Amino acid sequence: MHHTAAALVIEGLTKDFGPVPSLDGRMVRVLDGVHLEAAMGSVTAILGANGAGKTTTLECAQGLQRPTAGTVRLLGENPYRASPQLRARVGVMLQDGGLPPSVKPMALLRHVASMYTDPRPVDELAERLGIDDFGGTAIRRLSGGQKQRLALACALIGRPEVLFLDEPSAGLDPQSRTIVFELIQELRAAGLAIILTTHLLDDAQKLADYVYIMEGGRTVAQGTVADLTAGAAPENFRELRFQSVPGLEIPPGLLPHLHRAEPEPGHYLVSGALTAADFAALAQWWDSEGILPVSVSMAPRSLEDVFLDIAGRSIR
Amino acid sequence: MTHAAPLARRVLRHGGYEAAAMLRNGEQLVLAVALPLLALAGLVATPLLDGFGPSRIDTAAPGVLALCVMSTAFTGQGIATGFDRRYGVLRFLSTTPLGRSGLVFGKAAAVAVVLALQVVLIGGAAVLMGWRPELSGLPWAVLTFALGAAAFTALGLLVAGTLRPEATLAVTNLLWIVLAAAGGIILPAAGLPAAVEPFVRILPSSALGDGLRTAFLEGSFHPLSCLILLGWAAVASAAAVRWFRWS
Repeated sequence: MHHTAAALVIEGLTKDFGPVPSLDGRMVRVLDGVHLEAAMGSVTAILGANGAGKTTTLECAQGLQRPTAGTVRLLGENPYRASPQLRARVGVMLQDGGLPPSVKPMALLRHVASMYTDPRPVDELAERLGIDDFGGTAIRRLSGGQKQRLALACALIGRPEVLFLDEPSAGLDPQSRTIVFELIQELRAAGLAIILTTHLLDDAQKLADYVYIMEGGRTVAQGTVADLTAGAAPENFRELRFQSVPGLEIPPGLLPHLHRAEPEPGHYLVSGALTAADFAALAQWWDSEGILPVSVSMAPRSLEDVFLDIAGRSIR
Repeated sequence: MTHAAPLARRVLRHGGYEAAAMLRNGEQLVLAVALPLLALAGLVATPLLDGFGPSRIDTAAPGVLALCVMSTAFTGQGIATGFDRRYGVLRFLSTTPLGRSGLVFGKAAAVAVVLALQVVLIGGAAVLMGWRPELSGLPWAVLTFALGAAAFTALGLLVAGTLRPEATLAVTNLLWIVLAAAGGIILPAAGLPAAVEPFVRILPSSALGDGLRTAFLEGSFHPLSCLILLGWAAVASAAAVRWFRWS
């Protein structure tokens, strides 16, 4: 495949939950054939809407859930039967944090550190993530962003080789987000395999080397951000937007190979393998109609467009 | 590269951490210390236990120590575990080198630490109040006490791992009250109406109370009590392994 050293290999992963009483005691298939691979020294993002199966995939990879079928190999071992030595090499940040509300952050961090032979220095990590500012406040009184930073510190304290982050930017204020994103990039450079889930395309675009898109319990698309934004469409796929008076009819003979739309009155979208000649033809048409658009912009296809194409529905 | 700390260190660290959390909890201290002391004073001041032993305090003290086991291993531990489960703490800690088994052993170690403190405190108070236990029964008492702690820890984990934390709170507190009043733990089953007595005798509360009373009053072994406690510990552990849900 595309990677040098695989930290995580998932093949044909299926997970059923149930029986569910409200469904006449039937089982619900949450994962239905997930294939995924994550390399050392890279950030792998699992992208998808709520209920797509991202968290369940992570939980199977972390050994928190037993797969119904398929195989999961985490650093070459079965995570459901993970030895303490394997767990020491893997850091986990859960979506709900998993933090005890009555404990103080520094006490928790020291406790988690005591499970390892050679943890990161607690004070140094706490300072890096700004935890020392609220180290003596009970966890129940912390803000969402503070809890998120503490959960990240708990995942990192044992110097993991593989780091799982379930929705790492959820609840982060802009400043915390910058700190966390910088740290993730630094850890990748240090050779860690970082596997994260997100429903924010922006996160994936900023952080991920490789993206898997999940929908309905399957991995439906994969690739680098560049692959996904360009690979699915012709390489020169562009979107040109312009704003003018509503109700213009772009003549059918003009730019026949391009897709034309008016998503909102007065807002026009022309997309496809757009060339400079197409741009010139469009400008000529504007000139003949006596139109000068209020604004014109052109951009490559975004990951969000790809995602919406594949998922077929909005996730925002 | 970092490694997992040795098993014994992980379990002891976690036991210490959980024990400290139990001792910081105000409600837990009421249940673990204040109520047993109150029970001790009440049983000595009233004629409830007259006829069961040579003196009120000698009959009361073993039963109150049994009550401590129920407070800490069952109610206190069960409630703490139920809320840890709610907040995802069990899931997070099971991904660290502590693991699922380390978590359970750590909790058992915490129960043992808190029980040891209770024995010193409540037992000490009883001695000051005139308790003179039959010391030849001490090994039997320790065995019975340990089996009782195992049975009630497993029962607490079973409740905490299968019910919502609010339900765990209600069930473990309610059972504590019912068993303390009529479970043969401080008032021997022999003193209950004949219709309920055989049923109460097979409860872990009654077995623990009878076993400790036999050891401390007569200096002898009560094998049936130990068998009953062993049975409860085995069944509750198997059920907890089968049905405990980590999330």
